Amino acid sequence: MQIFAFYLFAAIVLASGAFCIFARNPVHSVLWLILAFFNAAGLMVLVGAEFIAALLVIVYVGAVAVLFLFVVMMLDIDFAELRAGFMKNLPLGLLLALVLVVEIIFGVGAWQSSGMGEATAAVGPPAGAPSNIEQLGALLYTKYVFLFEAAGMILLVAMVGAIVLTHRARGGVRRQNIADQVARRPEDSTRNTQPEVGKGVEL
Amino acid sequence: MTEYLQTLIGYEAGWFVGTLALILLIALPLMLAVAMIIYADRKIWAAMALRKGPNVVGPFGLLQSFADGLKVFLQETIIPSGANKGLFLLAPIITFSVALLAWAVIPFGENMVLANINIGLLYILAVSSLGVYGVVIAGWASNSKYPFFSAMRAAAQMISYEVSIGFIIISVVLFAGSFNLQDIIIGQKSHLLGINAYGINPLLFPMAVMFLISSLAETARTPFDLTEAESELVAGYQTEYSSMAFALFWLGEYANVLLMCTLNAILFWGGWLPPIDWAPLYMVPGIIWLFAKIFFFFFIFSWVKATVPRYRYDQLMRLGWKIFLPVSLFWVFLVSGFLMLTRYAA
Repeated sequence: MQIFAFYLFAAIVLASGAFCIFARNPVHSVLWLILAFFNAAGLMVLVGAEFIAALLVIVYVGAVAVLFLFVVMMLDIDFAELRAGFMKNLPLGLLLALVLVVEIIFGVGAWQSSGMGEATAAVGPPAGAPSNIEQLGALLYTKYVFLFEAAGMILLVAMVGAIVLTHRARGGVRRQNIADQVARRPEDSTRNTQPEVGKGVEL
Repeated sequence: MTEYLQTLIGYEAGWFVGTLALILLIALPLMLAVAMIIYADRKIWAAMALRKGPNVVGPFGLLQSFADGLKVFLQETIIPSGANKGLFLLAPIITFSVALLAWAVIPFGENMVLANINIGLLYILAVSSLGVYGVVIAGWASNSKYPFFSAMRAAAQMISYEVSIGFIIISVVLFAGSFNLQDIIIGQKSHLLGINAYGINPLLFPMAVMFLISSLAETARTPFDLTEAESELVAGYQTEYSSMAFALFWLGEYANVLLMCTLNAILFWGGWLPPIDWAPLYMVPGIIWLFAKIFFFFFIFSWVKATVPRYRYDQLMRLGWKIFLPVSLFWVFLVSGFLMLTRYAA
């Protein structure tokens, strides 16, 4: 059953990855990418990393990919120009793919030769082990606390930087101040007068 | 039941058949509940406007939703010629199935839960964040201007409110010490003054109110129904839809509303526990308490729909980002500080 699920998820990840590259319409590309993310989360569940799987869906599928989709839908894209760039970028892409493949081979090779493969042959955490969340929390907030904080700081700086770079104060904008509006009383803006017949009101 | 089937027809087959039966046991009553809740929504709305509401089909109009369902079922599915056909049909399916998915982890009673997983709340957060795709894909695939505007609004709105919902959920999780929904409910037993609810804790009550408002925004109900604001966008992302595709959106939307009402009940008001920790109240089955709480929150949803005017888009964004986000962020800090000083002080 698990093997079947693994091959199903893995096959869909690979296929949707390929479709993501070959789709002619960028919106379709993003949707294939989302399918790939989703099935990668399925793979994570299979190896017992359900917390990572949930995070992958919440952060990547639920937020990042929505923003991708948002941007891609808004863009006016010239498809011919996009396809012209394909041949130009092909060598670079192949080089990147080669580097990744070599890294995977080295990683798996080192893992196999060090004997770690046999030690953790059983897929999934042993029964009775504390949950994913507890284990991750225990590691992140004790052993790796400084790295974790540093990562948080970098993200914060990046966010502030992005806002500073793109934010510009525009002149001539009429801003709404909700507190002012709520604080405004009828006496401030209305006047109750009873003009005599035949006489107007001075406004 | 699953165990019994496993002894009968083998482990894997028994698990498969048993789980399938339980899924149907949740999904079919849910569909019935959605039909009845649409009727209830219309009745409450009508009563507040001093109208009668549906009163022709069946006694008190009870069968109105089924009549509407049959009508929609018999209609022709129209696909606009400029639409992206595959995605156009995929969108309502996504909305509908995502709305059903989250119910897998909802506990209806002490042992009545399909999947008692220890990341239950994260699962719900993950699944509900998928809901936006149905709307966005529908808006884009329709190849029409109003649905597209609606899709853009939906994407921004749902992401904005998910952020604060995440923080609100974290403050509950800090109190319960678990992401498991069953643990969260049991943790509320006799929480304060013998009342089974986190919501009455002064530290969590503001969170409960914000969660209720955020769930209105998350399900795009009035006053946050900008995605289908009929005065500006015809019917929003549903404009080009007809027949069953439209019905799937409709069902999915109300299933989501029910889910959010259930979450309100589970996270802050004790789920299937009786309101007060008093022995005779436990004689009533937990599922009755849960249903009563769900209906109470649904009544609030309808009440708001009947009385509160729609927000403007910038007001919606202001509420989400400038009020809810900072307040909920500060509250996580406050709650964790309180717990550090009391529960974990050592």
